[in-house]
Amino acid sequence: MRILTIVKQVPDSNATIKVKPDESGIDSAGLKLVPDPFDEFGIELAVQLREKRGDVEEIVALTVGPDKAAEALRVALAMGADKGMHLNDGAFDLTNELLLASIVAQAIKRDEAGFDLLLCGKYNIDLDSGAFGPALAEYLDIPHVGAVTGLDVSEDGKSFEARRRIEGAEEVVECGLPALLTIEKGLVEPRYPSLPNLMKAKKKPVDVLTSAELQTDESLQVATQFQSVAPPAPKPDCKFVEGEPEDMVKELVRLLREEAKVV
Amino acid sequence: MPNTQSPDFFDINSLLSEDERQVRDTVARFVDDRVLPIISDCFENEKFPMELATEMAELGLLGPTIQDFGCAGLNQVAYGLIMQELEQGDSGVRSFASVQSSLVMYPINRWGSDEQKQRWMPALAKAEAIGCFGLTEPDGGSDPGTMKTIAKKDGNDWILNGAKMWITNGSIADVSVVWANTDQGIRGFLVEKDTKGYTTRDIPHKFSLRASITSELFFDNCRIPDTNRLPTAEGLSSPLSCLTQARFGIAWGAIGAAMACYREASEFASERILFGKPLSHKQQVQVRLADMLRRITTGQLLALQLGRLKDEGRIHHSQVSLAKWNNVRMALDIARDARDLLGAGGISVECCPIRHAMNLESVITYEGTETIHQLIVGREITGVAAF
Repeated sequence: MRILTIVKQVPDSNATIKVKPDESGIDSAGLKLVPDPFDEFGIELAVQLREKRGDVEEIVALTVGPDKAAEALRVALAMGADKGMHLNDGAFDLTNELLLASIVAQAIKRDEAGFDLLLCGKYNIDLDSGAFGPALAEYLDIPHVGAVTGLDVSEDGKSFEARRRIEGAEEVVECGLPALLTIEKGLVEPRYPSLPNLMKAKKKPVDVLTSAELQTDESLQVATQFQSVAPPAPKPDCKFVEGEPEDMVKELVRLLREEAKVV
Repeated sequence: MPNTQSPDFFDINSLLSEDERQVRDTVARFVDDRVLPIISDCFENEKFPMELATEMAELGLLGPTIQDFGCAGLNQVAYGLIMQELEQGDSGVRSFASVQSSLVMYPINRWGSDEQKQRWMPALAKAEAIGCFGLTEPDGGSDPGTMKTIAKKDGNDWILNGAKMWITNGSIADVSVVWANTDQGIRGFLVEKDTKGYTTRDIPHKFSLRASITSELFFDNCRIPDTNRLPTAEGLSSPLSCLTQARFGIAWGAIGAAMACYREASEFASERILFGKPLSHKQQVQVRLADMLRRITTGQLLALQLGRLKDEGRIHHSQVSLAKWNNVRMALDIARDARDLLGAGGISVECCPIRHAMNLESVITYEGTETIHQLIVGREITGVAAF
């Protein structure tokens, strides 16, 4: 079995995001970037599958992004991936998930041995879009199961049973491989890359692919158009209703009716 | 815009290699996830979080500069950054890693026999064995040359008698690197936990480093085979060079404590409204925050250059003294001032500055008091030892 795990480098969720004055994007100067935490579930799952099963031949980690994104790839390699693919070109617009999926699909098709299992986060915390995984599966014409919370791969490695939460219930999906899974929080707990493994990760092979090898489909450039980015509007001041409980309730209902207009 | 938040006002990040940055970020994440959620409780209840020892080992934080035995083989700047990040959590957690790495693994790796290394180094790196370092004695630590612990040769063995005090990890240690006077001068011995006549006692009622174990060690006619003597360690210079390693780490670690205090104080100052305005809008508060940032920035640059000198093999121990003195003093002053800025709430264990301030009272005393470091630098200037 060969597993491909896709990892995107995103701003750290603890970082304070500053918007550029012209609202064209976020200010990346000094911004701390980390491997996407949902994508890390995919890496961890791949490594755990190898630890549990005897038939995982290779785990490949793939990222799309600038030179700096190699850091995210290195974390994946330190966690246990065997080799990396780094799709690095200014033309690969990181805000256009459909375009990214088409580029990643081309890179995957170049790999002759092929992958049985493709893993990524259910969405990335930078865009919160979740389009990438399903779109990639479409481009590759393979099935996909989204937001997986439980997984059993069959002994022969040809099919799997995945569980996912739906409104008020759990759905169980049986499916053949190859397939793409997007991973929900809770399936696995990612390990920390140890410092010795981080150092060893530098020696693992990474193929770099650019627009010389991968075409950017112009028709997809209009698929997602990035207009502007703005910080959330500041919260309005709280209004405290004071007085006796009976009067407070009356006043609250009046405010909800007349000012907030919600009842 | 300069980064006043982490803080990294002079963009020291850009002076670090990718390796160094990635090591720092990995440890920072570990501290955020694993240390910070439990540390105030450990401090309050005087409990060493033993589970962190294993996790630190899995992460490769024990003996990280060593090339063999499954260790990471990092450079000295990366080691310093590990200490900085651990001490953003707590000085006690950093002390554990400092002692294991600089005071136990370092001497065994440097002066130990092959058998000693094979026996202890892999186990110490994995935290399957814990180590401690016995130099300071009940009668004082600043003049270790006058130590009263003695080892007398008896056939192929040594008979060890004496006591050591203020020993981090003492009672949980499987192996203790003990320094003793002999007829030939000071020698180092590996004393194993179950050696007959060897006992330990924890030092209770500490107001400082409460998340770290501090013990006394007693040696009553302990018979130590000569094969447990560090064969090439000779004289006081051996334990002192261990201290230089540990002090180097402390000079970095203190920055972490200061950064944590500064962040909490500046966040509080921007949120707390007093007389109709956030505290941070007041001149007096801005001056205090600016002064914290000035001192942290200076300490960061000092530590980085110290690390570069150490990596180039050009470091002098008096430079380590100046950095330990400067950075721990800086951190202690900032911790106290941040505690004050937080007002009444600042006395709670919920706020990190008071915990750091109390911890740093130990850090400024151990591994050479502030005065000792001033006198080491003074000796360098004048050529005269004024101890």
